[in-house]
Amino acid sequence: MKKFFALLLSLAMVLSLAACGSGNNAPAASGSAAASGDKVIKIGVFEPASGDSASGGKKEILGMQYANSETPTVELNGETYQIELVMADNGSSTDKAPSAASDLIASGVSIVLGSYGSGVSMAAGPLFGDAGLAAMGVTCTNPNVTAGNDYYYRICFLDDFQANVLANFAMDKFGAKVAYCLGESGNEYDQGLISYFTKVFEAAGGKVISDSYPTNNSDFTSYLNKAKSEGADVIFTPVSIAYATQIITQAASLGIEAPILGSDTLDDNMVLAAAQGTNIQLYVSTFYQEGGSPEFDEGIKNYINSNADAKASNGGDDTISAVTAMGYDAYYVALEAIKAAGSGDKAAVKAALPGVTFSGVSGDIAFDDVGDAIRDTAFIKTADTANGVWALETVQTASAIG
Amino acid sequence: MLKNESKRAGRKAFLGIVILLAGIVVLENLNLWLPSVPSILLPTSQLFVVLKKAAVYSLVAVSMNLLNGFTGLFSLGQAGFMLLGAYTYAILTVPLSVKDQVYYLYGGSAVKFSLPDLFWGIFGSSGAGYAIGLVLAVLIALILAGLVAAGFAYLIGLPVLRLKSDYLAIATLGFAEILRAIFQWQKLGPVTNGANMIKSFPIFSSFNIKSNGATVLYLSTFVPFLIAIICIVLIVLLVNSTYGRAFKAIRDDEVAAEAMGINLAKHKMLSFVVSSFFAGVGGALFAMYVANAQAKVYTTTMTYEILLIVVIGGIGSISGSCIATFLYVACSEWWLRFLDKETVLDGGFQVPLLRNGFRMVVFSVIIMIVVLFFRKGILGDRELPEVIAGWKRKRAKRKEAAQ
Amino acid sequence: MQYFISVLLSGIAVGGQYALIAIGYTMVYGILRLINFAHGDVFMVAGLMGVYFSTVMPMYIAIPLVLVLTVLLGFTIERVAYKPLRTAPRMSVMISAIGVSYFLQNTATYITGGQPLTYPVIPSLAKTVSIAGTPTKMVVLITPVLVILLVLALTQLINRTKVGMAMRAVSRDFETAQLMGVRINTVISVTFVIGSALAAIGSVLYFTCYQAVVPTVGALPGLKAFVAAVFGGIGNIPGAVIGALIIGICENIIKGLPSAWDVSVFSDAFTFALLILVLVFKPTGLFGEKVTDKV
Repeated sequence: MKKFFALLLSLAMVLSLAACGSGNNAPAASGSAAASGDKVIKIGVFEPASGDSASGGKKEILGMQYANSETPTVELNGETYQIELVMADNGSSTDKAPSAASDLIASGVSIVLGSYGSGVSMAAGPLFGDAGLAAMGVTCTNPNVTAGNDYYYRICFLDDFQANVLANFAMDKFGAKVAYCLGESGNEYDQGLISYFTKVFEAAGGKVISDSYPTNNSDFTSYLNKAKSEGADVIFTPVSIAYATQIITQAASLGIEAPILGSDTLDDNMVLAAAQGTNIQLYVSTFYQEGGSPEFDEGIKNYINSNADAKASNGGDDTISAVTAMGYDAYYVALEAIKAAGSGDKAAVKAALPGVTFSGVSGDIAFDDVGDAIRDTAFIKTADTANGVWALETVQTASAIG
Repeated sequence: MLKNESKRAGRKAFLGIVILLAGIVVLENLNLWLPSVPSILLPTSQLFVVLKKAAVYSLVAVSMNLLNGFTGLFSLGQAGFMLLGAYTYAILTVPLSVKDQVYYLYGGSAVKFSLPDLFWGIFGSSGAGYAIGLVLAVLIALILAGLVAAGFAYLIGLPVLRLKSDYLAIATLGFAEILRAIFQWQKLGPVTNGANMIKSFPIFSSFNIKSNGATVLYLSTFVPFLIAIICIVLIVLLVNSTYGRAFKAIRDDEVAAEAMGINLAKHKMLSFVVSSFFAGVGGALFAMYVANAQAKVYTTTMTYEILLIVVIGGIGSISGSCIATFLYVACSEWWLRFLDKETVLDGGFQVPLLRNGFRMVVFSVIIMIVVLFFRKGILGDRELPEVIAGWKRKRAKRKEAAQ
Repeated sequence: MQYFISVLLSGIAVGGQYALIAIGYTMVYGILRLINFAHGDVFMVAGLMGVYFSTVMPMYIAIPLVLVLTVLLGFTIERVAYKPLRTAPRMSVMISAIGVSYFLQNTATYITGGQPLTYPVIPSLAKTVSIAGTPTKMVVLITPVLVILLVLALTQLINRTKVGMAMRAVSRDFETAQLMGVRINTVISVTFVIGSALAAIGSVLYFTCYQAVVPTVGALPGLKAFVAAVFGGIGNIPGAVIGALIIGICENIIKGLPSAWDVSVFSDAFTFALLILVLVFKPTGLFGEKVTDKV
């Protein structure tokens, strides 16, 4: 009896805890549940909604959901089809990725979008290939996502391009001679960017000092002090969001003067909030700059502000992340592919996808023969720490940096 | 008499295994043989993904049970040994043709050979030669994966096996973390590929038999089952041998066991090394399941997951571990997924609490209930045949009483 | 020199925070012989509560409230998850602890929706001060002082009060203490209450320094605090504090070593290597009492 009581008590605690948090409700399920009877085409969303990359994954989903609310139907051969987004949480972990992928395959989606984070995409890649289902990476920048997999495409630029842009920016803007790179050990995203950055920076005669910190580390002061004592002109930290906020706040309290360069993951309102009110100079390279498409900006801000769930997913304010814009574009590219295929049949969509071109809010999108997007533009933004907004610093194109 | 009985039991078990394996092959190929099947039987459905993962995990769970359940050594290093196995397998089997792409940050791999290419060089790389080469390469790589894990276990075991219960647990856990840090080290990149994952090596679906681009026989679920079953049978044989009885004696009372003339150090080491060997093979299978090897997934969380499976199945019960694995994997990766999705019922009533993450909350509550109220797990320390025999006896008794 | 001071300061800050968690570990282990894997997660929950409460109430109400609720959480965990298993084998209790840790992390993921949260700034603690020309946060200086005060208070409690005497009796011999009329359950509850309160205080200091709160944030400090407790001699409170400081400083020295060696990733691995060395060569830790193994 006592045991039973204890059990009840613990259950009650769980429920009350859960009730506390339900204000933070995150949109997770299908965007528009189609009324029964309508014809439906499903688009799979393979994104992390838990784990390390949840924050970025949710912002990417947000863009797709907004696009879905804007254009919930597609006309094929004179018939109207409802588009339904089917979510599967890959938990930011490669061991959960295969079952999440099979969940999408089983629900009969026509194409898959995602994921934020390259590792999970690579783990799920073979399954999508086996199922004959095309997958379209939105912001996974690792070269190996598409290489060797005929069914994986992506609409973003790759690690090497981004690192190239940032290394050149560091040298042109700050005349940097010494760069300090800091990334998470064992994270392919961080280490990939740092390797490319090092190559470019050293080839141009610069000196690179790089360190990796172990997963779940939260004290970065020793690293930052090292950067300072080594006389680094810039600090390059292409790390995930939670680490980036830590690094920036700690750098601020240590009075680090060297500018901090970040990759697309740092283009996030939580990072911006961490930098606000400090003297940190923060520059990030990214896919989209607010103001690039005023129409989209206004629409998504309205969407975020009118929907508490969306706002929670976006971290509590309405600053637009580049990944949201990318998610938005990905949805429309998928629609184009479905239109070109003339049906929701996955084989037809896969056949049609390579030929799709689309002018999105983040720029023109077309695929090369590996399945990567032909992209040559990156935006570099800087944090306006006084006002807590991003300001456009420069636009870099591949031709300009060679 | 006794011998006859055990022979009969052995024959029965063998028959059961053959039927199980045949059933898997049939199940997997129904979609080829029947004109239309429900979507659950398509080769990429959750059913087969879950079956594959469960086959892999059941091997790892049984190997952990050998250590924790049968020898009473509380070790939390399983993920570390899996990591060793996964990397050994992956490094040895990445085909030469894709090595540069996989190791793109390091300008190619320091390991200049690849087992599949080696055998394809001998047997030819088409038709039957291809198949023989593939099978041999995978087999040898799996065994080497186990051996590397076992070798490390021996080295680690020398100092730590002297430790008692929870100190041993925390020391082995520490070793697993150290191993992970080493495999993530950029300086070893040309071998381990640093932070990047190793991929493009032979995986389960490489065993599907294809002709002219179309699959004619699916074997991708059969293969993990076959390997896992062979390994588990070996463990069962070990447990039932004199060594196994010595292990159990150590578990029940170390001092008494030593007094009976059992060499503690030797037997503990044997159990630790054998368990790690199979954890290494399990790690290699896991790499095949996720189609990549990357150090960051082999965390303590994974060890805890496996430990919970062992506890749910019953500490000291091999069939319990296997059953628990299937239930655990199916629940966490498939059946409970609906809990993650916001659901609106027909009347416009939104089911409360259902949203992302709820699945894992419910799941952890279930685990706590099992740990607290069904302390012995599903089967306790008995095996499935005993339990069934027990039910039969009970029913017979009840019948008798009724008459 | 300035660089050395900065590394040392970071080490003391981290070590002090580990110490607050380590005391909870070492007390529980001393009495129950249980590695309370959920302790790090209690610390994480305290951090989460701090974030949520600070949005609806001022900090000076929120912090005491967090303290009270964390204590309640620690108490409840002991009653629900450990007490029913008092007679079970040690492995079962430890598995139960792992289960609680799993549950707390998953619930936290559910509630936060997987987003990292930012701990509120407490201006008096987060103020930047300068030590020998090295800027650092106020909290870095406060932490060690607070730790020393708490250790003094705790040793007084253990050596001078009746509850303290009971604690010592229970940790020396569980069954005999019970026979002598010590109310075991009360003593154990008091231990958990103290441990959780320290974890709550630790969470305020820790998250003021490192503001991101994620569901897994407690796991690593928890493990390291345990290592510190073992290092100092399990059951020994000043030992745990010294162990924690040594680990914190060593870790930061390794992080601060020249990048060309590329060894900074091994700062965690080093902690575990240290643990194994201590366990193998001096299982009772630096200051632990010699215990005879009972059969």
